[in-house]
Amino acid sequence: MPEITREEVAHLARLARLALDDSELDVLAGQLDVILGAVAQIAEVTDAADVPPTSHAVPLVNVTRPDAVVPSLPREKVLAGAPAAEDGRFRVPRILDDSA
Amino acid sequence: MTAVPYDEALAEFEPVIGLETHVELGTASKMFCGCATEFGAEPNTQVCPVCLGLPGALPVVNETAIESTIRIGLALHCDIATWCRFARKNYFYPDMPKNFQTSQYDEPLCTDGYLDVLVAGETVRIPIERVHLEEDTGKSLHVGGATGRIHGASHSLVDYNRAGIPLVEIVTKPVTGTGTMPAEVAKAYVTELRDVLRGLGVSDVKMEQGSLRCDVNVSLNRPGQEWGTRSETKNVNSLRSVERAVRSEVERQAFRLRAGERIVQETRHFHEDTGMSTSGRSKEEATDYRYFPEPDLVPIAPDPVWVATLKDALPEAPSVRRLMLTKELGLSDNDSEAMVNAGVLDVVLATVEAGTSATEARNWWLGHLAQSANTAGVDAADLPITPAQVARVVALVNAGTLTAGLARQVVDGVLAGEGEPDAVVVSRGLAVVSDEGALAAAVDEAIAADPDAAEKVRSGKVAAAGALVGKVMKATRGQADASVARRLVLERLGVTADLS
Amino acid sequence: MTDLTRLTASETAAAIKDRTVSAVEVTQAHLDRIATVDGQVHAFLHVDTEGALAQARKVDAGEFPGPLAGVPLALKDVLTMEGVPTTAGSKILEGWRPPYDATVTARLKAAGVVILGKTNMDEFAMGSSTEHSAYGPTHNPWDLTRIPGGSGGGSSAALASYQAPLAIGTDTGGSIRQPAAVTGTVGVKPTYGGVSRYGLVAFSSSLDQAGPCARTVLDAALLHEVIAGHDPHDSTSIDAPVPPVVEAARSRHIRGLRVGVVKELSGEGYEPGVQARFDEAVEILKDLGATVTEVSCPHFVYALPAYYLIAPSEASSNLARFDSVRYGLRVGDDGVNSLEEVMALTRAQGFGAEVKRRIILGTYALSSGYYDAYYGQAQKVRTLITRDFARAWESVDVLVAPTCPTVAFPLGAKLQDPLAMYRQDVASIPSNLYGGPAASFPAGLSDGLPVGLQVMAPTLRDDLLYRVGSAFEAALPAPVPSLAWENA
Repeated sequence: MPEITREEVAHLARLARLALDDSELDVLAGQLDVILGAVAQIAEVTDAADVPPTSHAVPLVNVTRPDAVVPSLPREKVLAGAPAAEDGRFRVPRILDDSA
Repeated sequence: MTAVPYDEALAEFEPVIGLETHVELGTASKMFCGCATEFGAEPNTQVCPVCLGLPGALPVVNETAIESTIRIGLALHCDIATWCRFARKNYFYPDMPKNFQTSQYDEPLCTDGYLDVLVAGETVRIPIERVHLEEDTGKSLHVGGATGRIHGASHSLVDYNRAGIPLVEIVTKPVTGTGTMPAEVAKAYVTELRDVLRGLGVSDVKMEQGSLRCDVNVSLNRPGQEWGTRSETKNVNSLRSVERAVRSEVERQAFRLRAGERIVQETRHFHEDTGMSTSGRSKEEATDYRYFPEPDLVPIAPDPVWVATLKDALPEAPSVRRLMLTKELGLSDNDSEAMVNAGVLDVVLATVEAGTSATEARNWWLGHLAQSANTAGVDAADLPITPAQVARVVALVNAGTLTAGLARQVVDGVLAGEGEPDAVVVSRGLAVVSDEGALAAAVDEAIAADPDAAEKVRSGKVAAAGALVGKVMKATRGQADASVARRLVLERLGVTADLS
Repeated sequence: MTDLTRLTASETAAAIKDRTVSAVEVTQAHLDRIATVDGQVHAFLHVDTEGALAQARKVDAGEFPGPLAGVPLALKDVLTMEGVPTTAGSKILEGWRPPYDATVTARLKAAGVVILGKTNMDEFAMGSSTEHSAYGPTHNPWDLTRIPGGSGGGSSAALASYQAPLAIGTDTGGSIRQPAAVTGTVGVKPTYGGVSRYGLVAFSSSLDQAGPCARTVLDAALLHEVIAGHDPHDSTSIDAPVPPVVEAARSRHIRGLRVGVVKELSGEGYEPGVQARFDEAVEILKDLGATVTEVSCPHFVYALPAYYLIAPSEASSNLARFDSVRYGLRVGDDGVNSLEEVMALTRAQGFGAEVKRRIILGTYALSSGYYDAYYGQAQKVRTLITRDFARAWESVDVLVAPTCPTVAFPLGAKLQDPLAMYRQDVASIPSNLYGGPAASFPAGLSDGLPVGLQVMAPTLRDDLLYRVGSAFEAALPAPVPSLAWENA
């Protein structure tokens, strides 16, 4: 039976970029425990051991397009939905993480 | 000083290096949409719902990108997958519109190859782990801080034109046994790889524009011990820097190991301006990328018959062309290796094709142009001069219009953006002066200025004429035809011109 | 004069074609109807009055020859429509006007269909009640105190309250079929890859499928034909002819058809009233000449846990793009907070509780160390469920089961119990994991509330659904809601 701690939920929230407060973390930890307890029953499916996984519902392969240029969006439409824009670019607050 | 000199470090430690090279493919359209891929377009003018990651947009694979990746794999002697999938690499970064990168994880298109490179006369086989296809990210402009750096910036501005350009990642296996020359081997590998890619015509491989980028892994261990902890230096964006990055990392790690410290597994950022790297994120709290098969794309299953036809149609490898160059043009192994290592093989060939001899082309690209490149801190092949322009300068020398010294000045003019060689000759007034009338005054001045030398010549010591000819050359800023000047000096001093 | 809002889509199209009424009159009648009743139902998040009337005028000018020209439609707010707000039921997309049309939207426009507006839904299609909409719940026209199903409760409620004769839904785990069941309407999830997902705001990419919703089987088939077919913008779109769904919807006979009753989709957890209506439906199919056998699909019992690993995993990745950079909400940009903080604050405030729950669940299931036990194992179970279907097709042509285990439950009844809500999907999920088509048809009432008959068919045999549906509808007409609240 899984047991999810608040610290684990906090780690997952960081990975998922969600600023959750302590009470949310507590509630989620409890709910995740219950949900994971329920979904953990798939471990019982022992005849799945030698079965290939299905990642796609339809068995298509090699769907490609020719290397041809099609018109891009006009820039005013590109930036129309932006929370902030400057000099034809999307403006974002200072970036802390220099890691990518 | 916080470094052990390179040679000293390698006498004490054994290096293991690894290289991850990213190559932007030269396709007309992006990896998953039809947006153009022109370099230098106005920001956010080559974007659409797909490459902006708008809600609901879906990717479709560019067939030419698949073909180019397979051709790269074949040129690197890789096995080509018969069935593989794209995967999502999940992490947040503002340059990445979907906050996941569509890449390949455990099922790359190409695996297990190699590339042979020549270093100091020896062939070194670099094992290739994988070649896979992914998409590039956008670019951020950092505003309000010093020199565009991310630190200290008040905000950033994002341009997604580059986002979604097909990017091939070529990863070596750990390379051992490079002995005292890990930096040289690394540079030779990237140089050779660049020539292979250029020969395939799959990318313009311009490091200064970022279409070829390297990450360099280095670790050191004492002989007989296990491999050390490695660092990964990112952002290495010129051939020169590949060498410098390995060199500086060897020196840095050796210092720490000697001091009994341990090497931290980390990402380091290389700075072109200083030639040094600085510490980035520590990999010890490594990001969990949560890879899973990309559900929006179906698997790729290259037809083996098609792969075989691609293999048959591959161009000659640069190493084969080099052999041809060596034999047909009569150049030595050392010369051709030097050209490969300087990354000038292709421009030398093009210069020969434009009409020079092999020796002339070699002398320019390994001589004056190599020095100019070194001074400018760029690769010789990336200098703003074309093989045709070099050939024209050579032709002017052969016609007697330019001396060797004048030719260098003409080349400098071309590099400075003053136009074609003939235009530089005119604008700088650099043509050889062989008109006797024009030189007579300079000859008279030279004799008057150095009566001792003149007397020696008169008394039969013809060798002393050299000093007087030198004065004539100096007075005419090198433009005098030296043989004409010599004859005039001797005539004026009453010595029979013996030109033999 | 006839109440134009009570006509079926095919009747409406015919009336417009022979100029008995104009498309503008039909459109205006529905806009008026929305103005009258939607304050109580809350099916629509946005009504595009101007756009709808403009399209209707084009129809009246003879621009569109198609069989649904001039028929009004309610579009689930998860499909993009250029220039018209698209929120997917989330605060994080409030005010976003997409710069492009989904392929489904483009095909509807090109067919002369009049899009009235965008319908309410559980946020990012995560839910079975529409209560997880950031814009408040939709009410079931059969009983305003009850849920209209979800996630596409806005579309089903619009149909059942005669605000539109046609609607588009999307079905990831039952979001077309369960709302159809609890509102007494028809809902079809086509074969995965049969209808383009381009422009469908993704919840779970390998499961999402858009499909037709209507009050009659023929109307659903006519709509199916308009939106289906290969789309080069969707790599998972199947390049094959659309199954003959309209012909099948007119066939009305199933003599000799082999029908399998899924043993595992009944019994415990299914309300007695639902089970009773289902058993009667099976008897009707027998009376119509079908041969009925019981079929065991042993892995169907693991469909629910597999789904609740696969769908949240894909969702955690699909929803990463909502980061305050290019579109949508931005919270906390005060000049001090870093981008990372602004992203995290925006996502924490922009997403509702259910969405955050599933993002965390999916992040967990994909993280290193857990992948094999959760996501990897769920994908293997998916293979086994597909094999159960394949084995069934050796002996039967279609499978039947209740669409969902209960009738519409009261608003709020399951909000505090996520697992109880998830169990609404227990019978509908197997077809999503398999990819084959499935539909819900009205199967009478239990305690005055609608029950659905679910029919499942092999991949690309969507026509079989309509064949069964047309025969069943002829034998047991759909119940008609009283809408007594209108006069209250």
